[in-house]
Amino acid sequence: MTTVRISDDALALACGADGVAAAFAAAGCAVERVSSWGMHWLEPLVEIGGLGFGPATPADVAGILDGTSDKAIGRIAEHPFIARQQRLTFARAGQTRPLSLEDYAATGGWAGLGRARAMSGAAVCAEVLQSGLRGRGGAGFPAGVKWETVRAAPGTRKFIVCNADEGDSGTFADRMLMEGDPFQLIEGMAIAAHAVGAERGYVYVRSEYPHAIGKLNAAIALAAPLIAPFALEVRVGAGAYVCGEETSLLNSIEGKRGEVRAKPPLPALAGLFGCPTVVNNVLTLAAVPHILTAGGASLYARLGIDRSKGTMPVQLAGNVRHGGLFEVAFGITLGELVNDIGGGTASGRPVKAVQVGGPLGAYIHPDRFDLPFDYEAFAKADALIGHGGIVVFDETADMGALAKFAFQFCAAESCGKCTPCRIGSVRGAELVERIRAGQPAPDPVGALAQMYNAPKAARAAAEDVALLEDLCETMKYGSLCALGGFTPYPVLSALRNWPEDFQAGDIARGL
Amino acid sequence: MSEAAIDAILAAHAGREGALLPILHDVQAALGRVDAAAEARIAHALNLSRAEVHGVVSFYHDFRAEADPRPVVQLCRAEACQARGVEALVPAAEAAAGGRVRLETVYCLGLCSAGPNARVGDMLHARLDEAALVKLVEGA
Repeated sequence: MTTVRISDDALALACGADGVAAAFAAAGCAVERVSSWGMHWLEPLVEIGGLGFGPATPADVAGILDGTSDKAIGRIAEHPFIARQQRLTFARAGQTRPLSLEDYAATGGWAGLGRARAMSGAAVCAEVLQSGLRGRGGAGFPAGVKWETVRAAPGTRKFIVCNADEGDSGTFADRMLMEGDPFQLIEGMAIAAHAVGAERGYVYVRSEYPHAIGKLNAAIALAAPLIAPFALEVRVGAGAYVCGEETSLLNSIEGKRGEVRAKPPLPALAGLFGCPTVVNNVLTLAAVPHILTAGGASLYARLGIDRSKGTMPVQLAGNVRHGGLFEVAFGITLGELVNDIGGGTASGRPVKAVQVGGPLGAYIHPDRFDLPFDYEAFAKADALIGHGGIVVFDETADMGALAKFAFQFCAAESCGKCTPCRIGSVRGAELVERIRAGQPAPDPVGALAQMYNAPKAARAAAEDVALLEDLCETMKYGSLCALGGFTPYPVLSALRNWPEDFQAGDIARGL
Repeated sequence: MSEAAIDAILAAHAGREGALLPILHDVQAALGRVDAAAEARIAHALNLSRAEVHGVVSFYHDFRAEADPRPVVQLCRAEACQARGVEALVPAAEAAAGGRVRLETVYCLGLCSAGPNARVGDMLHARLDEAALVKLVEGA
């Protein structure tokens, strides 16, 4: 009987993988549901004996089985998109059944945990530090330093919290990992628990990811005896983007409003329920089992450049021809990722801008495609890597509208605790709108009687732009967390690189 | 009827640390809303003030004070879907939804390489064009 492997990743399902699987089953094949290879433009991708076919529809089944299908892409492992990657965190992608403990163990699963448990907690922290692993959620803080802080902190109860509130547009690596290789995340959390002396862990997943929640719950039930005495629980978010910020996430798990906490105290010292807590992103924790295998830490440290060590699962999204998950060592340039690997835009028009790092990341002009993927290089260019998502826009994109959207998004998702974010976002959206309308009108707030010092005459466009820059500076330095603090990145980068999109009377409006 | 349902949910979560969000999710799923009476009952059980519970309910987008029996279609309108042209589909989707279907904006379903995307219940839909989205809304 022919064995056919089809992904049950949410993206494959959204593209009709279940229908294709049913058609193969009806044709007498044994269908195995595996994780996704991450070549999203080819989903649903069908694999038979290492050969790939995609994007497949039920109508393609007969052709695929008798070898006449024009959807054939050859050997999947040799496909350039796969062959150019250095997959460590996503080593199992496309190749194992997500909820099969047998598959997981057969592909090196639990080796890291076994080795870690034979070591002291301090030694595990030291290895993580030596690997150079930095937080993959966006901030890039060295994971080993965080773990050691929690380990050394006094306290009878400690927690491991996995931040799986992947709300950034253009990112899906956390989702793919939770759906495709949940045991790896569980193993990483169990290693962290051993390292710092925690007995309880939480995975905070956003409610927009029902498939990931289902897979994780099933995987935790299966793996519970293997990770005991460490116990793990999934907590489901409730539609608040700001809960991806670590202190707001902790409040949410505690059953409170997802408002940001002031730091210090650091969560490492006073986190969940006031106890020392490791809060790491899914990708950070999932990288740990590999690092803890024999020689894994030094192998990891050899990859990458400068202080950005190891690999980054880059997510190619938006208007890109070959979108999907591309895990590669740090140092690859943005241009290689967008043009060579992503194949340019899906629409075939020239690339106008790419946004790296989610809704709070800067819009980068194709002039800067020589930027290497590296935390420091991006920071120097007033941009951020964030969670590694790259959203590609073609020339129809209206950067002024996107700048306004950045403010509107911030206004919709602000937790409301600090003024620069709560009020600045609303005023910012109004300002961008006014600049783009190009008709100077007196500011209604400035006209109020109590606004003694506000100019009563209408501001010129140039003055509005100066005010916008001033507002961005206030938000950047005055906000409590990255939501308000980083919203200026997309706004100012759009304003500086595409000032023409902020001018009045521009015709090509609308996306 | 709803009081018994809330009590059963509260009993199921008894003793759980930080149980408020899981409780609210269950109440929202069972009753389609978390109203003032439910807030008071939950507050009493968790030894919280009603204000504290109401603060949490009103903070999160997933909880509603009033039930809305209409079917829901969630449409992603975040940057990646915008880059793939979701905004051009919105007027047609809104027209198809009319007052019968609640067309909700969400920011990201995590299918960013295959937008525009929508979610109906736990079913996801990718690579939508205008015709597919209208059909989805009409069939919801």
